[in-house]
Amino acid sequence: MAKSILTHATACAVVLALSAGTALAAKTDITVGMQLEPPHLDPTSAAAGAIDSVLYSNVFEGLTRFGPDGSVNPGLAESWEISEDGLTYTFTLRSGVTFHDGTAMDAEDVKFSLDRARAEDSANAQKGLFANIASVDVVDPLTAKVTLSTPTGNFLFNMAWGDAVIVAPESIESIKQTPLGTGAFKFDNWVQGDSITLVKNPDYWGTPAKLDKATFKFISDPTAAFAAMMAEDIDAFSGFPAPENLPQFDADPRFTVLVGSTEGETILSTNNKQPPLDNVKVRQAIAHAIDRRAIIDGAMFGYGTPIGSHFAPHNPAYVDLTGNSAYDPEKAKALLAEAGLADGFKTTLKLPPPSYARRGGEIIAAQLRAVGIETEISNLEWAQWLEQVFRGKDFGLTIVSHTEPMDIGIYGNPDYYFQYDNPKFREIMDELNVTTGGAARTELMQMAQKIISEDYVNGYLFQLAALGVVNTQVVGMWKDAPTQATDLTAVYWTD
Amino acid sequence: MLRFILSKVVSLTVSLGVASLVIFAVVEIIPGDPAAYMLGINAQEDTVAALRAQLGLDVPKWQRYLDWIGGLLTGDLGTSYTYRTPVAEMVAERLWISLPLAVYALVLSTLIAFPAGLLAAARRGSMADVSVMSATQLGVAIPNFWFAMLMVLIFAINLRWVSAGGFPGWDAGFFAGLTALTLPAISLALPQAAILTRVMRSALLDTLDEDYVRTARAKGLSRGQVLWRHALRNALIPVLTIIGLQFSFLLAGGIIIEQVFYLPGLGRLIFQAISARDLIVVESVVMLLVFAVILVNFLVDIAYAVVDPRLRRK
Repeated sequence: MAKSILTHATACAVVLALSAGTALAAKTDITVGMQLEPPHLDPTSAAAGAIDSVLYSNVFEGLTRFGPDGSVNPGLAESWEISEDGLTYTFTLRSGVTFHDGTAMDAEDVKFSLDRARAEDSANAQKGLFANIASVDVVDPLTAKVTLSTPTGNFLFNMAWGDAVIVAPESIESIKQTPLGTGAFKFDNWVQGDSITLVKNPDYWGTPAKLDKATFKFISDPTAAFAAMMAEDIDAFSGFPAPENLPQFDADPRFTVLVGSTEGETILSTNNKQPPLDNVKVRQAIAHAIDRRAIIDGAMFGYGTPIGSHFAPHNPAYVDLTGNSAYDPEKAKALLAEAGLADGFKTTLKLPPPSYARRGGEIIAAQLRAVGIETEISNLEWAQWLEQVFRGKDFGLTIVSHTEPMDIGIYGNPDYYFQYDNPKFREIMDELNVTTGGAARTELMQMAQKIISEDYVNGYLFQLAALGVVNTQVVGMWKDAPTQATDLTAVYWTD
Repeated sequence: MLRFILSKVVSLTVSLGVASLVIFAVVEIIPGDPAAYMLGINAQEDTVAALRAQLGLDVPKWQRYLDWIGGLLTGDLGTSYTYRTPVAEMVAERLWISLPLAVYALVLSTLIAFPAGLLAAARRGSMADVSVMSATQLGVAIPNFWFAMLMVLIFAINLRWVSAGGFPGWDAGFFAGLTALTLPAISLALPQAAILTRVMRSALLDTLDEDYVRTARAKGLSRGQVLWRHALRNALIPVLTIIGLQFSFLLAGGIIIEQVFYLPGLGRLIFQAISARDLIVVESVVMLLVFAVILVNFLVDIAYAVVDPRLRRK
């Protein structure tokens, strides 16, 4: 009897010690919430940011890669040499890199990936990134040579995009369901409509991931996102959809709120070809009629940085031009009178689904009404917006966030939906393309910012904030969003 | 009985044919191009055209309709534009959630409504009747999504008994799956139960006023026996109608509840497909739902005939 009690006691002690042990060991899996589900898993043939949010850097890597601050760092290319004329890039690839199926990644794969992206029947959503490539040559298995038709100052930056990742030729057939990359995580499972699971790649060429498993869960409803976070069903939410709930998370010791910046310039896009908006005085009047602070507070609950041009404030080449369009309703009225529209006018305001547009649109409509501009608001779905506004150019005003990094170049395309046509701006862009020197590029980029700000091409509202909520014990999540990515390669749990 | 069923089958087929035309026409009219949607705002025109060709969107509409119908008849629902997987597979996966959820909710609602309706009818005018009727009043008035959020707040956030939503998959075990569906099923079931209780009560009261009930009472049956043997069976016709309608509603109409509990069900699939202009998915899934609704109605018709032999001869 005594013996059996003793064995029991020992057993209990062992069980206790075991459970204490597991309780102390840090977790090695994470569940990350996201609002949008990827349509499929090939980042090189769709625009959906959700694909990159799950796979960029985790599963797929390019020749170069974005760091947490947006800097361009070596990726699968260890180093590169640029010829004197800026036309030839010779990339030295890392040795010992394998795809998740075990095959080696070499220069042939680089050639295949870039040629596929720029091919005639390519479905790459950012085909423009590859437009200047004249040829891609395999020098030896670890050396790839890219020849450009014109010097492209942004080339290394372009190669860091999710649309330029290196893919394996044999994986193309099934890449949309089972992506095969070179990253620190391997694709494991996709429960459509619910979640995607990644697991650690034990054969990774670089610093291995600290997590064993990562699950991305898709929760589109803001209230449900809040509940899931509060119930601790998920450990982190990247791109939290309800800014109004953030103070509540901030006050809760279980969570940390991450407020960073994105590449999203949120603008009141203006049809520069539609009268009376083709008159710069009218556009200037609109700019002065807008109170950015009220929009940021009202639509984004205070999250967002005012901008005065189409450029991200965290970029070193940024100039603060918000003064050009300071809130001044009286001046706006005077400018309208100068343009011969003292009685105001009426235009359309077409709003896509995101809350910055829907909520912001109501506020802007009220602000414009105060200076005599009536807007007819219509709420559109994205597909309708693309058809009517973006491709059909049938709009007066619209609100949209341009989330591509460094996209001021869109002002150089007179066919782009807001139809800004300024040869002087295009000259600057052409020069920028062939300039590789840092200081000279900065100067050109600043000139470009000033031109569009002074031409009042669009109403410049604010830089979209990156809003994340994470469990306090999770370390290493990106605060800023220099590209659409949820890079988990350096994330871990503290005890 | 056979002729009755045959005539119902004919009307079922005609309805399906008409529905397919209407669905295809409506879906194709919605503005928005799936290829342009997928490629976003930096895409070049030639890329969009290339993708349209890949998706088979460059052929004339009438041919796409015929291909679609031909596929449907052979059990091929097509391939999703966005997901690039067969629609049938996607639907099957979603049905594994939507169907159990609908059945679960229907069972709950019936389990609540039958006793409550019987009680209210048997004790007409009593305190029990008044409380049941007030409760159903409340049940009809409260929006199910609001009630769902309230339950999440209590059971997931405060008490931490269940997770706030999501579905672990049936692979995680029957019990885990059932637990995940419990709050959604309750939220869906309560308003339905309220409606069903009211229908049940009024149908019972109607039959209780009939002559044959009085006759049965006069022959010496007790009130309980009359209610159980004579009134209930005759009151089932309107109740079955409502149950049939409710099941069709629960199958696809749970979309708001699916949204609140982020369940990957059929409703959400349609919702996502519409916004992504995944036309083939919308068309095929809506067609399937139409088929399901018509089929449920068909089965309800048959059930009428079983319950009430007079209907077979009409």
